Amino acid sequence: MSEALLQLADVHTHIAQYHILQGVDLTVPKGGITVLLGRNGAGKTTTLRTIMGLWHASRGSVRFEGGDITHSPTPDIASAGIAYVPESMGIFSDLTVRENLFLAARSVKSADQMDEARLEWIFGFFGALKKFWNQPAGTLSGGQKQMVAIARAIVEPRKLILIDEPTKGLAPAIIQGMIAAFRELKQTETILLVEQNFSFVAALGDSVAVMDGGRIVHSGSMAELAADKDLQHRLLGLSLDTHQ
Amino acid sequence: MTAISHAAPQDAALPKVKVDVLPLLLVPLLALLMLPLVGSFPTWVTLTVAGLAMGMMVFMMASGLTLIFGLMDVLNFGHGAFVSVGAFTATLALLPMKSWVEADSVLMNLSVLGLAILLAMLVTGILGWAFERIIIRPVYGLHLKQILITMGGMIVAEQLIHVIWGAEQIPLQLPTTFRGAFIFGDAALEKYRLIAVGVGLTVFVTMFLVLNRTKVGLLIRAGVENGEMVEALGYRIRRLFVGVFMAGSALAGLGGVMWGLYKETLTAAIGGEITVLVFIVIIIGGLGSVGGCFIGAMLVALVANYAGFLAPKVALVSDILLMVMVLLWRPQGLYPVAKR
Ligand SMILES: Nc1ncnc2c1ncn2[C@@H]1O[C@H](COP(=O)(O)OP(=O)(O)O)[C@@H](O)[C@H]1O
Ligand SMILES: [Mg+2]
Repeated sequence: MSEALLQLADVHTHIAQYHILQGVDLTVPKGGITVLLGRNGAGKTTTLRTIMGLWHASRGSVRFEGGDITHSPTPDIASAGIAYVPESMGIFSDLTVRENLFLAARSVKSADQMDEARLEWIFGFFGALKKFWNQPAGTLSGGQKQMVAIARAIVEPRKLILIDEPTKGLAPAIIQGMIAAFRELKQTETILLVEQNFSFVAALGDSVAVMDGGRIVHSGSMAELAADKDLQHRLLGLSLDTHQ
Repeated sequence: MTAISHAAPQDAALPKVKVDVLPLLLVPLLALLMLPLVGSFPTWVTLTVAGLAMGMMVFMMASGLTLIFGLMDVLNFGHGAFVSVGAFTATLALLPMKSWVEADSVLMNLSVLGLAILLAMLVTGILGWAFERIIIRPVYGLHLKQILITMGGMIVAEQLIHVIWGAEQIPLQLPTTFRGAFIFGDAALEKYRLIAVGVGLTVFVTMFLVLNRTKVGLLIRAGVENGEMVEALGYRIRRLFVGVFMAGSALAGLGGVMWGLYKETLTAAIGGEITVLVFIVIIIGGLGSVGGCFIGAMLVALVANYAGFLAPKVALVSDILLMVMVLLWRPQGLYPVAKR
């Protein structure tokens, strides 16, 4: 395994009086896709939010490129190079697709200065964005909104992209398009991908971690988990594959 | 790609961009409806212009408040303090420079008014910064405390005005150029009202351009919808909020100057008195919506003027009635703002 880009060590997170994360140990190596699996309520979203500084760990540490970001404010974590695609997508519905991407492109002062070549690269797998470029994002379909959300995360080079259940509620045909997009993305990006849909990630993921009850209960290579039906059954039960 | 996918309806209709025009139509509709009721065309013109002028001034006071709420969920019942402080600060230029106010020179009149406005906006802007820091910041997310402490801030501001300027009401004189009226046939249009409309439109267009054409403006609109996501994109929402709070306070100060000159007398309660109207406006408009606030302000002021003429007894409650009617139609206001 290559060097660790992100490392969570014994992370505990409380939301109000609830003890949600109960000692998460998670390593995301540089490059490719690390998949975070686990049934509903396991703590996957809370883990991403804790990395992003939207919740703060009450114990343990989050290290990014060796630096401690456990207590950093969210904008600093974003500026350090972590992008976030939340479960709810967080689209700005009044703003056009173009304006949504412009705000994500922190380094440019006007929308015209966005990197054309990079935009074309994004349109290459999310063609709908080009078509709806000047439409308010709120008028798009669920799948197209998800494309906007992911495009925002990659509109400029980032070091790590956190994506929370991008296939949730999407039609199978659209999911196929997403798979193609992720296959292209993983050539250059590092992604921590939360999914419930095992069939979606089995062929995509490089490494995998499985959560349950606010802890990581398994981590290893995706190839190993994909080949071992018994292990899948034991870790994931029936709750995951029923999706598709 | 297969031939089939090429033949697929690649030009399937774009999703319709819904421009919600109904609220926009309310203002002309209301005005036209009132024409037969008022009966006389010149009177109707005068009432309508008076209503629009008042609406513009209320818009200046309300526009900042609606964004302050939209961006940080802050209920600022002390917003009226900036109206009062703005109006009183203007007297620091208007009273000593009385000769400029009374001079028969457009240039001198404009200069003294411009100076008064600049001074008022500067002072209320800076005061807004301090108010946010000292009074608002400790109560982020706590609505009840916000209401109590900002009302307290309002009372303190009124008392400070009494201390500095005395308890007597201060007569304010309009600069010579802006006095009187243009006569068109039988209709008299007071010059100052036209100026108020002009200033109000300038503020509205400027805000519109900032909110639609600049990165800061887009961030404000994005922040109203989902502040957390704005932070996750790497921007500090607090810093944005402080800027909006200062600008909103300065605009309230501007509204105060304009309003004080309109009434031609000043009391410390000027801001408190208008606060109820301002809240009605931002509720009608849809909390967080500048466009809604603009239409709401026009509606509220027009209704107040028509009602004052047609049925003075109803006038007292006309704006409440208007609010109830709008909310029955659209419970979130004319332009509901999407919230995460
Ligand atoms: N805002 C919250 N307040 C209270 N409990 C929460 C909140 N958010 C999540 N939880 C709880 O934390 C646990 C983990 O949630 P989450 O991280 O969203 O799980 P997952 O994303 O794996 O489905 C769940 O039991 C959920 O009910
Ligand atoms: Mg989740």
